[in-house]
Amino acid sequence: MGYLLEVRNITKRFGGLVAVNDVSVGLNAGEVIGIVGDNGAGKSTLIKVISGVHRPEAGTIHFMGEEFKIESPMDALKLGIETIYQDLALAENMNVYSNIFLGREKLKKWLGMIKVLDHEYMHNESRKVLNSLEIEIPSLRNIIRVLSGGQRQAVAISRSIYWDARVLIMDEPTAGLAVAEQSKVLKLVNRLKEQGIGIIIITHQLHDVFSVSDRLIVMRRGQKVGERITKKTNTDEIVRLIIGAETVET
Amino acid sequence: MVKAKLKVFSLLARYWAYLFLILEFIFFASMARGFFSLRVIQNILFFGTPIFLLGTAETFVIITGGIDLSVGFVMGFATVLAAKLVAAFIGLGMGPAAGLALGVGITLIVGLIPGFINGTLVARLDVPPFIATFAMFGISHGVSELLLGGVWAKNLPHLANAIGNGFFLYVVPGKALSLFQRPIVQRGQAVLEIIPNVVVITFFFILIVAFLLKRMKFGHHTYAIGGNIDAAVKAGINVKKHLVRVYMLSSFLATLAGAIYVLKYVTGKGDAGAAFLLDSIVAVVIGGASLYGGKGTVGRTILGCCILATLETGLRVLGVSTFDKFIAVGVILIIAVLIDQFSPELVHKED
Repeated sequence: MGYLLEVRNITKRFGGLVAVNDVSVGLNAGEVIGIVGDNGAGKSTLIKVISGVHRPEAGTIHFMGEEFKIESPMDALKLGIETIYQDLALAENMNVYSNIFLGREKLKKWLGMIKVLDHEYMHNESRKVLNSLEIEIPSLRNIIRVLSGGQRQAVAISRSIYWDARVLIMDEPTAGLAVAEQSKVLKLVNRLKEQGIGIIIITHQLHDVFSVSDRLIVMRRGQKVGERITKKTNTDEIVRLIIGAETVET
Repeated sequence: MVKAKLKVFSLLARYWAYLFLILEFIFFASMARGFFSLRVIQNILFFGTPIFLLGTAETFVIITGGIDLSVGFVMGFATVLAAKLVAAFIGLGMGPAAGLALGVGITLIVGLIPGFINGTLVARLDVPPFIATFAMFGISHGVSELLLGGVWAKNLPHLANAIGNGFFLYVVPGKALSLFQRPIVQRGQAVLEIIPNVVVITFFFILIVAFLLKRMKFGHHTYAIGGNIDAAVKAGINVKKHLVRVYMLSSFLATLAGAIYVLKYVTGKGDAGAAFLLDSIVAVVIGGASLYGGKGTVGRTILGCCILATLETGLRVLGVSTFDKFIAVGVILIIAVLIDQFSPELVHKED
């Protein structure tokens, strides 16, 4: 069976620094893979290559068996690759529903000729998707700046699941969340997985990633140093791979 | 009690500009007899057209988190170019109407170029807006003076004056209404002049771009870029292209202000808009926009423009020199920024 999303031999440099060095990763539909590694291991850079923020120096990206050039974030979004970034990437000066629809605004005709923003539609659709996440935000007309960390996270997640994603990339999805909110996010991951979405999770929280992932990819200093079936490994082995305490064949 | 006080303070912080405008009006009306009249109010709008246009231009750029220091001299460049072109076309034997239309039309198109250069420098070559537009400030000034070669542009048709100093509507009380054309009346018969043409043109364009900012995707993306440029990129917005367009919009409005200047004064001058740069930025700040980007509306900027335009006309009516006006504008800028600084949580909550 072919991968839903596959990156082959990706290399990304920033000047003299090789942030990602010849990394290949495959993701199946309905599968959750965790990418783990220390700070600076190249995890975030790798997913930013997939989501179109960075362009790689070498390597190819294949989606449903076909090679695609992802040159901008919009290219990735059009393929159905949605990303929740670690910094959430929200415009804090704008309201909730505007953020959920940012870059993909719903328009309507005004006086039958001019395309204007359809605020009502965007508001109602945003309300629906937030309700499905069971997250309460009193008014979707509030700007992001006045929301709590958990609420902001909810907005970022809503934005990515609203658009029928086929691949969902989550960079530190539980960072900065209260315990109850963390478990909500993990439950959501399981639900999306059942819907056949391929999910990539990047995290420092080994506990989380062990509980939801099927496979683990370990990165160190820009390289992929190991790949394990989650059920057939344990925390000790993964930690050893992360810190490079022993050399293991990949 | 404390809460009520806080509420008053909050309202004051949010609406101080309205209050300021009213107090300003009351002040001038008490100092100068007949200040509160149709004629004076129309004068304020008439002499305020460059402030309105440059302020609106600056609003867009400031919302993206940038600044456009070139608007004043781009306006000056437009006055020179338009005046030279119109005179040249008429010299070639064109009629006044055709020459004027063609000259102004070409000027409005050429006026997009400084904005294109500004935007390209800022968005694609990562030059700070302050530097890029400051360079354009010098370049456009220099080019205007070269074009002029030391003499003001002249030989413009009388038609320019007729449009620039004409009115949209003339009313002979109880007798006749006339659009654009001043009716011929007996001596001593009063003719009411309603809304100068240039004010109509100015607000026609301002309404269009205000709609663009408030209701359309273009405006939405402008706010998003100012709020978090990184998020805008990640959301799939073509930020570079958008920024170039914003700077082009800014220089277009500055050019329009220049074209209107030519109609009003029937000449072109390299430094015609120089004095309005400060005004345009102050108007945006009075309007509550943040120089860090992400905030501001055309409507509030227009309010800021009204304060400055009223000040300008008011001081002139009182016979106070231009230099005092600069001092007053500087003081108002400081007040506006301080109010913004000390009441962020009170003013910034709204969408």
